[in-house]
Amino acid sequence: MGNPTGWKPSMEKDAKTTTAAHAEVGAGGATRGIVHEEPLLFERGSTGRSGVSLPAAGGDFDPARELPAALLRGGVEGMPEISELEVVRHFTRMSSWNHGIDTGFYPLGSCTMKYNPKSSEALARLPGFANVHPLAPAELAQGALELMYRLERALSEIAGFDQTTLAPAAGAQGELCGLMLIRAYHQAHGNPRKKVLIPDTAHGTNPASSALNGYEVVQLSSGADGRLHPETVKAAMDEDVAAIMITNPNTLGIFESHIAEIAEIVHAKGGLVYGDGANMNALLGVARPGDMGFDVMQYNLHKTFATPHGGGGPGSGPVGVKAELAPFLPLPAVVKEGERYRLVVDPKERPQTIGKLREFWGNFGMFVRAWALIREYGPEGVAQTGKLAVLNANYLRKLLQGAYNLPYETDSLHEVVFDDKLQKAHGVTTMDVAKRLIDHGFHPPTVYFPLVVSGALMIEPTETESKETLERFAAAMKAIAEEAQADPDAVKAAPTRPFRARLDETRAARKPILRWSPGMKVE
Amino acid sequence: MRYHPHTPEDVRAMLDAIGAESLDALFRSIPQRLRLSRPLDLPPAADEITLFSELRALSARNDTAHPPFVGAGCYAHHVPPVVDQLLLRGEFFTAYTPYQPEISQGTLQALFEWQTFVCLLTGMDVSNASMYDGATATAEAALMATRVTGRSKIVVSAAVHPEYRKVLATYLRSTGDEIATVPFGADGRTDLAALEKAVDGETAAVIVGYPSFLGVVDALPEAAAIAKRAGALTISVTAEAVALGLLQAPGALGADVAVGTFQSFGNPVSFGGPAPGFFALREQYLRQMPGRVCGATVDKHGRRGFVLTLSTREQHIRREKATSNICTNSGLCALAATIHLSLLGKKGLAELARLNYARGRMLKDALGRAGIAPVFSAPAFNEMAFDVGDAEAVVARLAKRGIAAGAPLGRWYPELPKAKGALLCVATELHTPELIELFAQSVKG
Ligand SMILES: Cc1ncc(COP(=O)(O)O)c(C=O)c1O
Repeated sequence: MGNPTGWKPSMEKDAKTTTAAHAEVGAGGATRGIVHEEPLLFERGSTGRSGVSLPAAGGDFDPARELPAALLRGGVEGMPEISELEVVRHFTRMSSWNHGIDTGFYPLGSCTMKYNPKSSEALARLPGFANVHPLAPAELAQGALELMYRLERALSEIAGFDQTTLAPAAGAQGELCGLMLIRAYHQAHGNPRKKVLIPDTAHGTNPASSALNGYEVVQLSSGADGRLHPETVKAAMDEDVAAIMITNPNTLGIFESHIAEIAEIVHAKGGLVYGDGANMNALLGVARPGDMGFDVMQYNLHKTFATPHGGGGPGSGPVGVKAELAPFLPLPAVVKEGERYRLVVDPKERPQTIGKLREFWGNFGMFVRAWALIREYGPEGVAQTGKLAVLNANYLRKLLQGAYNLPYETDSLHEVVFDDKLQKAHGVTTMDVAKRLIDHGFHPPTVYFPLVVSGALMIEPTETESKETLERFAAAMKAIAEEAQADPDAVKAAPTRPFRARLDETRAARKPILRWSPGMKVE
Repeated sequence: MRYHPHTPEDVRAMLDAIGAESLDALFRSIPQRLRLSRPLDLPPAADEITLFSELRALSARNDTAHPPFVGAGCYAHHVPPVVDQLLLRGEFFTAYTPYQPEISQGTLQALFEWQTFVCLLTGMDVSNASMYDGATATAEAALMATRVTGRSKIVVSAAVHPEYRKVLATYLRSTGDEIATVPFGADGRTDLAALEKAVDGETAAVIVGYPSFLGVVDALPEAAAIAKRAGALTISVTAEAVALGLLQAPGALGADVAVGTFQSFGNPVSFGGPAPGFFALREQYLRQMPGRVCGATVDKHGRRGFVLTLSTREQHIRREKATSNICTNSGLCALAATIHLSLLGKKGLAELARLNYARGRMLKDALGRAGIAPVFSAPAFNEMAFDVGDAEAVVARLAKRGIAAGAPLGRWYPELPKAKGALLCVATELHTPELIELFAQSVKG
């Protein structure tokens, strides 16, 4: 690669030298630049300004005259009063304190931080999509309904299910939906049952969703190879177990190869198999959960199908089911009648439905983006996505092996989990490694999850990253591993480059300040 | 494939380094019989030009030429272009949950500002970093009330959004908590005598819309007083948050928890989602709050900064003992609302709220001149139910002219004597006086 900006690209060529020798530039290209301090909106102190242009109301309707005085407020105290340019600068400056996928590599394991196509943004903003009201008569919303219908068909095909509900708002709500379906199914067979089996590698939302749905959680230990074993399931399985929740590949990035046998054991006792589909990226076009014994699974469209979720959301968590669970699906559903599409919203048409999970029909804006991506990829592109995601993870695994301890030697699919065992000998922890990566210009991997690995560094590169980016990231990781031996204090002092150094989280929790109020002081 | 940077040479070199024969060999941990042996049955790949013409054609089959006169929990407002341009900055747009605060200060400060806006508008002490939507926020508030009070009965006004009540019922089905629904009176306000009767020593919360689904400014202070006497929490639900620029804050009227959506600020209607659900409450209940929250702190040099905090309530720490299962929320939607509220500011919000009130009144007058009267007499904000004779027929007739006319109340209140004729309509700053007049004439027919 050339060096058009004049920064020293020696870091990736000569990974043996530590960052200290090349403090100018991290392996991810990070260096220093100008960043601006910016107060809170509420601390600007101006009065009388506004950043909007509104029409005159017309007519003579004064609420102060027409409504009881007790109902009215004199204006919202504390609101900022600033002009449009000030607002623009405020948020532009703040954005520069962030690292996004558009800034650099973001290998946050389990979150599938792939590129979010710009085309999808343009498409979701077409007036016909952005401005269509959820209660518009069906004849004014045929395009929206057709898109939902097609997306439902595509998602059912990709994961191998008979039907899919698009309603759930995110992965965790998809889990809750799936568990409600399971409860309704058992209830219809006379007994809702009491327990849900969950392996120790599971994401926290699995037990939380089970508890929210009134089930007792029984945790299962995974084996030395990182997999759940049929004997373990057999020992825990009885007629009180409503379901087992399995993430496949699991959060170690390892395929649960015994899945078919486990499903048989659970089914034999009348239980159902729930799939946490957060890791669906690994399987796209290669294998389908519906063909492995799963009865129900949630997608995370914001992960697998690249819908943006800046700052923590929104998500979308469609749930695919086998035919035996379909009668219980939540409302609405989109049906095609001749050439017309229609929303089914009346429980009379679905007497066994679990009901409604959220207002209206789901996160439609996310449906447009996911559908656009599926259309652009086609069957080959979707399958290639899964394969390249797995290739990238395995390449990184290879590059990092030796520098970091690999707690499980078992094959990886789309992500790989290392730990800090080698660095701990020098007093350097996973958190320190993560913070030092920031100085190099990379977003750190997911840390301290899954819980079965002490000091986990969970790396998920996704398919949209190039070989060179992976190599630069590996160079940074190796440089940090060496620095941990040579100069552990330098690692522990990280990050030194961002706008803020390590923040005092204990203080935040002990004396919570969760909003601005006049005279706010943080010390 | 423009999103896949791998050349065939890259793939070969990477496979060689790994020591794998082929891409398929990377999947050897998946038993052969569990693999898919055929291509997925999906439409063939589309280039960008084809993709755009296809989706443009699809979007054109949604008729959005006129702003909808239907609101009913989802409101078409003007979104200044500034909102979208700032929102689309990749640093905001393509970041995720701010787990690494040093490189997420932009997101975190924006969340802190969102939380502040929610508190200012609702009159509450504390807000979380957003919920999925107003309906799930309502259900989570009810669940929180059962934890706080140790009681299991939820009393909800029939004038709370029917979709929200359905979601509440879905969430509470598996917990075994009881829901008692209290009717509204002839003026559209919650029937306080019936409420008084329904609330007892087992009641965890009273839920009231503000404004209600019927567009009415409901009797929140009176309902809160009843709840308080019984030791229950009061939950106010707001779907049209522009109203909070004109009406007293729910917190000032006795609400303990305020939930709903800020979709009206900065977020398009988008067929009903996504939108920023909000959850605000009095500080004493903080430890039972669901969802993420951002707090202020200092860095090691003493400079102010922000972090996610109080996470011992949450699923990733507490697992089955968490206050909720929520993980991903509505971050970007909350950012859009925050940007819009900063543009509005104190003056702009008050002006927007008065404008919406005025357009609602204009709608009432225009329909009145056409001989069509409101169904309910209680004060309203920008939305009202009108007696149009046969509401479904009017909706069908106006659909032919490309107008989304309103929400026929009969769909949700079949038992209500006046429901057949009742059409719930909204007017916002997007509905010009001319359009309102045209609408009134069209409804008259
Ligand atoms: C394995 C796994 N399961 C479930 C979830 C929950 O999904 P969401 O955040 O969309 O609710 C996540 C991600 O956050 C996850 O990584």
